[in-house]
Amino acid sequence: MEKQVLRITVNSEYHELYIKPKRLLVEVLRDELGLTGTKKGCNTGACHACTVILNGKTVKSCSVLAIQADGGEIKTVEGLASGAELTPLQKSFLDHGAYQCGFCTSGMLLSATALLAENSKPTVEQIKEGIHGNLCRCTGYNSIIRAVKAVTEGKYEEGSQ
Amino acid sequence: MIRDFIYLKANTVEEALDLIDQHKEDYKVICGGQSLLILMRQGLVAPEHLIDIKSVEELNYIQFDEKEGLRIGATTTHRTVELSPLVLEKFPVLVHMEENLASIQTRNWGTIGGNLCHGDPAGDPGPVFMALNGAVKIASKQKTRTLTLDEFFIDYFETVLEEGEILLEVRLPPIPPRTAVVYEKFNIIKNDQGIISVAASITLNNDGLSCNDARIVIGAAAPAPIRAKETEKLLIGEKISKGLLEKAGEKASEEADPVADIHASEEYRRHLVGVLIKKMVEKAWEQAKAQVK
Repeated sequence: MEKQVLRITVNSEYHELYIKPKRLLVEVLRDELGLTGTKKGCNTGACHACTVILNGKTVKSCSVLAIQADGGEIKTVEGLASGAELTPLQKSFLDHGAYQCGFCTSGMLLSATALLAENSKPTVEQIKEGIHGNLCRCTGYNSIIRAVKAVTEGKYEEGSQ
Repeated sequence: MIRDFIYLKANTVEEALDLIDQHKEDYKVICGGQSLLILMRQGLVAPEHLIDIKSVEELNYIQFDEKEGLRIGATTTHRTVELSPLVLEKFPVLVHMEENLASIQTRNWGTIGGNLCHGDPAGDPGPVFMALNGAVKIASKQKTRTLTLDEFFIDYFETVLEEGEILLEVRLPPIPPRTAVVYEKFNIIKNDQGIISVAASITLNNDGLSCNDARIVIGAAAPAPIRAKETEKLLIGEKISKGLLEKAGEKASEEADPVADIHASEEYRRHLVGVLIKKMVEKAWEQAKAQVK
């Protein structure tokens, strides 16, 4: 089967790749671009560990054909920090121990990032809705919710530390 | 493992219909692919040509007209419907339905048209659109036709779409006065597909007490979403009472034709139909009554 050209911008970097159209976005990110921060969990669309931000909205990269993202802009967990400077959410996740095994973390961070971009002051209930699809196999949800909440309370604003 | 296919992208309805016409012998249309890719990964669907209509922007719209009602283009995402102030104002039941449909990630990429064409009897939009007396506009290269949602679903994962046809839009007439439409599904995990779902539309007479019209739809209880027509007949003309709700629940459980699967036995599903019917009819009735006062 012939390969087709795929032009995508991932974490502000433009890529031109040749892929089989059946390749899933998660496979291209991990196997072609080496961005293994995006996790392949269930690979059936259930666990949401593979969440990335595509054109400003979260999607499951295991449930999107890479070719359908042609021309799109993608943000993965590798694109959150600028250099060594972590985002407020990343700092808060560290401080709150918002992970145990860490497998869901990248997906959680991207869902939470998208949530706060839409609504900077979500209630606890809205935070739960925002990360609803992302499963944490360690069931460490409370610390994740606390970590997101802390950011909304301004504890990680510039100069607050 | 997904089998190889030839990928063809359409940017307009015309292009999509041309591509389908050219590859009639073996094709599948993909939009958001949130259901289709699961089937392709399992090898249950392996088309030779995959025709992508996700980028057909002319089908990405939500429009409202006081006379015609609401029109939702096929490539409109679930999330767009969920966050539309217009939908919230005119058809709040759709916002409620979307908020409880899968995850944000799925709603961000999955589309209304794709959901309907997948023809899953446990899908959420089908029963709600049926309760709202909705219709679908379908086109092929040769002709365009409009059908009611009642006529659209045929069997498990099967709709009336013929070879060469795609769904263009959903049309929902304005909700009549003194009418409330509600929807709820029963599931173990929030936002999963319903083990049973019920959409109910109740219209009251001017007196605000007796039922003028009812549209009751049950999802996941048969090979396709079904209208509980005998239950509707039982309600029309009557005033609400505990006895009436009981009778409606019993009648609807008889009308349902559920199968047993990993989620629930047939008996349990019939029981759930009764429970949800009572709950939804009462809720719609009360909301409609509140409009009369």
